[in-house]
Amino acid sequence: MTLRRRLSDVLYVRPLLLLSLLLIPPLLWLGIIYLGSLFNLMLYSFYSLNDFTGQVEYRFSLSAFQQLFSSSANVDIVVRTTLMALVVTLACIAIGFPIAYYIAFYTKGNARTFWYLMVLLPLWSSYLIKVYAWRLILAGEGVVSWFFNLLGLGWLLQGILSVPVVGGPSLSNSYLGMFLVFTYIWLPYMILPIITALERVPKSLIQASSDLGARPGQTFRKIIWPLVIPGVAAGSIFTFSLTLGDYIIPQVVGQPGFFIGQMVYVQQGTAGNLPLAAAFSVVPVVIIAIYLLIVRRMGAFNAL
Amino acid sequence: MPGKPSLGLRIAFYLGMLFLHFPIAIIVLYALTTEDRTYQFPPPGLTLRWFGEAFQRQDMWAALWLSLQVAAMATGIALVLGTMVAAAMYRFQFLGKDFITVLLILPIALPGILTGIALLTTFKRLALEPSFWTIVIGHATFCIVTVYNNVVARFRRTGYSQIEASMDLGADWFATWRFVVLPSIATALLAGGMLSFALSFDEVIVTTFTAADQKTLPIWFLNELFRPRERPITNVVAVFVMLITFLPIVLAQWLTRDTDDLHGGGKTG
Repeated sequence: MTLRRRLSDVLYVRPLLLLSLLLIPPLLWLGIIYLGSLFNLMLYSFYSLNDFTGQVEYRFSLSAFQQLFSSSANVDIVVRTTLMALVVTLACIAIGFPIAYYIAFYTKGNARTFWYLMVLLPLWSSYLIKVYAWRLILAGEGVVSWFFNLLGLGWLLQGILSVPVVGGPSLSNSYLGMFLVFTYIWLPYMILPIITALERVPKSLIQASSDLGARPGQTFRKIIWPLVIPGVAAGSIFTFSLTLGDYIIPQVVGQPGFFIGQMVYVQQGTAGNLPLAAAFSVVPVVIIAIYLLIVRRMGAFNAL
Repeated sequence: MPGKPSLGLRIAFYLGMLFLHFPIAIIVLYALTTEDRTYQFPPPGLTLRWFGEAFQRQDMWAALWLSLQVAAMATGIALVLGTMVAAAMYRFQFLGKDFITVLLILPIALPGILTGIALLTTFKRLALEPSFWTIVIGHATFCIVTVYNNVVARFRRTGYSQIEASMDLGADWFATWRFVVLPSIATALLAGGMLSFALSFDEVIVTTFTAADQKTLPIWFLNELFRPRERPITNVVAVFVMLITFLPIVLAQWLTRDTDDLHGGGKTG
């Protein structure tokens, strides 16, 4: 019996050996490199920075969290980022739902593949390039201004930009612009799970509903929407979590006011304060965990 | 479901689609503009000269080459590890299976910045200098799930009986793998591999934390964004990058056509 044959037999007789051979390398990678790193990150948030030497002190301390929550500017950053993530999520639902609804119910065959691909392509085109495109579009001399001026509505744009908080010197330097870019970038993540959820709605239920005399609006409210909520919740996990962690968009299309991701980036980089950066990166984890608990009740995990 | 979409729905659909695709058209348009300092619209004139200039930029070629190497290496690792975990998850029932599912999703469900800074703190602690390999480690971590999703979906559709039949007929594990399993998952591997290649090729957030002075193409691009001059060169490279990533995506879609295997929805920033 050749060695190869014998090895094969052993693997057949002892499936547990085969299982461990298959699982150990990927688990080493994900469990040790990835989970281990996350764990190490959590540890870092409980270290402190020695003010004199600028070195990290590897001893338990709550000073990073103290530093985080004692400054009202830092609390503002957390609130600002969370609010942006919520508003972006709502906008993605509002824009994404009709697109998903149309694709799921009113296209079939090749047309369906085509439109599906048309949602997938923006998702897969380079993130940076899309952000950059919006810089071109929103710039003071860019397409949006040009369009408003063409319609003789330049005053309207100026009016919108002069609104405090959301406005700014130009769309490419305002929260409104940032909101548009976030919504654009994460929109496909909302559309895809909603399409999947809509496709799962049994057609017979819809027919039954209209046979029994429900108007289309009623059918939508009472039959379709409750069945699609898990899909919407699944999409919102992506839009919410991705907005919370992003630091490039606020940097490219943004205001001086910082976002969580930017703060993490700056603290680890120029400021060289890894414990504070780690503490800041724990914040989105906690917010996402709370958010996941909420959406789990809506059945989002079955629609991922 | 009524027979025809209402006018309102149709308008919302087409406007939404316009919203999704307009920025991409703008990128192409600005690659051809003669104005290289502002974002003036409409462009004062059209020219092809930026294509020539972009292709002469040595730093762009170096970044492109590095990105291709990183993506190839990360995809290679992801293909091996993703297929192994897919086979185990498909074939066996065991304690902690749900834990592994979560472990696989985590790198794409948590924001990329977390993966990035987590790896950075770990490399710091282990005194590992950022290098080509630290970039690859970061990329492979989130590529594994892409391969896994595609391969496990294919496994679920091919019955285990084929493997049993092959073994009953006297083939050993290696022959069965080579002649039965591999052919049946080949296109899923190819699709998953291409998606993960595209994912790595475009990644910027994790990379900023795991690279030192190595410039992958997205990092080069990020630096270019803040340059005041010769802006159209950035656009030329953008168009070029879009072509490089679009082809694999369309091809992956085509390879898994007639099936619902393609799991491209898991891409995150």
